[in-house]
Amino acid sequence: MRKIYTLAFILISLNSFSQTAKKPVAKKTATPVSATTLSINRGKLVYQKFCISCHQADGGGVPNLNPPLIGTSGVLGNKNRLVKIVKNGLQEHVEIDGEFYSNNMPPFKMLTDQQVADVLTYIRRSFGNKATPVLRSEVAQYYVKGKTPQKR
Amino acid sequence: MHKIKTILKAGACILFWSSLNLNAVGQSQNPGLKLPPGFSAKTILDSSGKARHLVVLPGGLIYVKMARPWKGNGIMILKENEAGTASVTGGFGNYGGTGIYVKNGYLYASSNEAVFRYKLNEKNEVLNPDQPERIITGLKMGRQHETKSIVLDNDNNIYVNIGSPSNSCQLQDRQPGSMGVPGCPLLDSAGGIWQFRADKADQSYAQGVRYATGLRNVVGLDWNQQNNTLFVTQHGRDQLNDLFPALFTAKQNAELPAECMYMIKKGDNAGFPFAYYDHLQQKYMQAPEYGGDGKKEAEKKYSAPVVAFPGHMAPNGLLFYTGTQFPEKYRNGAFVAFHGSWNRTPEKQEGYYVVFVPFADGKPSGNWEIFADGFSGVAAVMSPRQAKHRPCGLAQGPDGAIYVTDDVKGTIYKIEYKK
Repeated sequence: MRKIYTLAFILISLNSFSQTAKKPVAKKTATPVSATTLSINRGKLVYQKFCISCHQADGGGVPNLNPPLIGTSGVLGNKNRLVKIVKNGLQEHVEIDGEFYSNNMPPFKMLTDQQVADVLTYIRRSFGNKATPVLRSEVAQYYVKGKTPQKR
Repeated sequence: MHKIKTILKAGACILFWSSLNLNAVGQSQNPGLKLPPGFSAKTILDSSGKARHLVVLPGGLIYVKMARPWKGNGIMILKENEAGTASVTGGFGNYGGTGIYVKNGYLYASSNEAVFRYKLNEKNEVLNPDQPERIITGLKMGRQHETKSIVLDNDNNIYVNIGSPSNSCQLQDRQPGSMGVPGCPLLDSAGGIWQFRADKADQSYAQGVRYATGLRNVVGLDWNQQNNTLFVTQHGRDQLNDLFPALFTAKQNAELPAECMYMIKKGDNAGFPFAYYDHLQQKYMQAPEYGGDGKKEAEKKYSAPVVAFPGHMAPNGLLFYTGTQFPEKYRNGAFVAFHGSWNRTPEKQEGYYVVFVPFADGKPSGNWEIFADGFSGVAAVMSPRQAKHRPCGLAQGPDGAIYVTDDVKGTIYKIEYKK
């Protein structure tokens, strides 16, 4: 709850800041920065740190090795599967548009749910992609669901 | 009004026709390669499948190994005509792969787990394309570095690369911070060059010899006829910075480790995965997976490379030039086809060209230089998918011209020299 307040505060202050900055120049109303935009911006930093070397700056991947993230059904489609790929990695031969990709992707278990949501939102909204954002709550939900229950 | 429409239509037709015409000329005569003075290049085949290694034989026959069967054939047969273009005349073999070689009346070709041979007739045609002799089988094949490049010596032995199924033998492949598997037991069956007899059926590890180890993945290899020795080009390990960000910067990762050419003698060890070669310091460094920190030198027991190129450029083809068409400087020297890097982000990618290394008496006699550039079709490749073509295989024709394959569009280039 406190985080929401903080976020709201940031949004309001960003908003008022941009308004004051723009006041003397134009009469346009400044658009508030949406939660999705903030998530995309944070996600870009995660992408640059952990994903860019294999999936490349343009999301094009590497032919025969690392799958492209541009317009593929895997990226635009099922969020559950995407969350699991980031958390568990991918150790299989993947076919996309008649091409095969076979490099190992390690599990990124060190990422927080928020980071996973952000990086997935970034890739679903970059490289020409226009899919819905992934929320932190969805990551938690999907990942728990996707896990095989452990017996104690 | 009707007249105007007709004129417009005619104009459009002419424009369309002329653009088609331009295209046809542009494709076959000038593939846009930059070459030293006196050399020219043309494409003898504009497109096919993922063309890997190839052999060019007297009589104009060319056999190309395809990474995956193209139109149902893992080996494409090309016939080059007098005018210098080639047409696909057939194909055989239902398996994809990379290696292909001709020696003593046999065509040898590899899948990613076996090697086959086919008897050739006096015209170099394959006699029984559907009944090859399987000489090697059961080789390790991972989901990376699975291709099996091959070459023969002059004593009826065949050398086969068996690449490491992992990047650097980490406990968890490509996981940031994951350490190396102690002793890296995968070296028992991969990460090296194996020697087999060229004429025995169904050999596997038990019948072969691990000829050299510590080679992560060799794609280019050739037999040097001047000193009767095997030479290989290795793909060095990836992701020093991704996996150990506290020890290596992205800039260091772009350059390191070197892509090395080795002269291989029986029993050699090139250090993988315990050590990597740093061409800037000219020494082997301990790999971070095995206690290295980017500064710690490795034990001095690994074979020194004969040439160390910058990192990640992916040397996919090696050819010692034994022809006489090219000028004196090129005779007995090495051509290396670099497939091009992916692991240099955020820097621009490197490679995507063919280099030349001058040799004398089986040793490099000068610095390497770029011989043929421009395959990618773009000024700078930032991401590998931008490259329109990527050089892969090299072969010398009977007249001394050299041929280069491309495994993006399957273009086959021919490079010639005229005084």
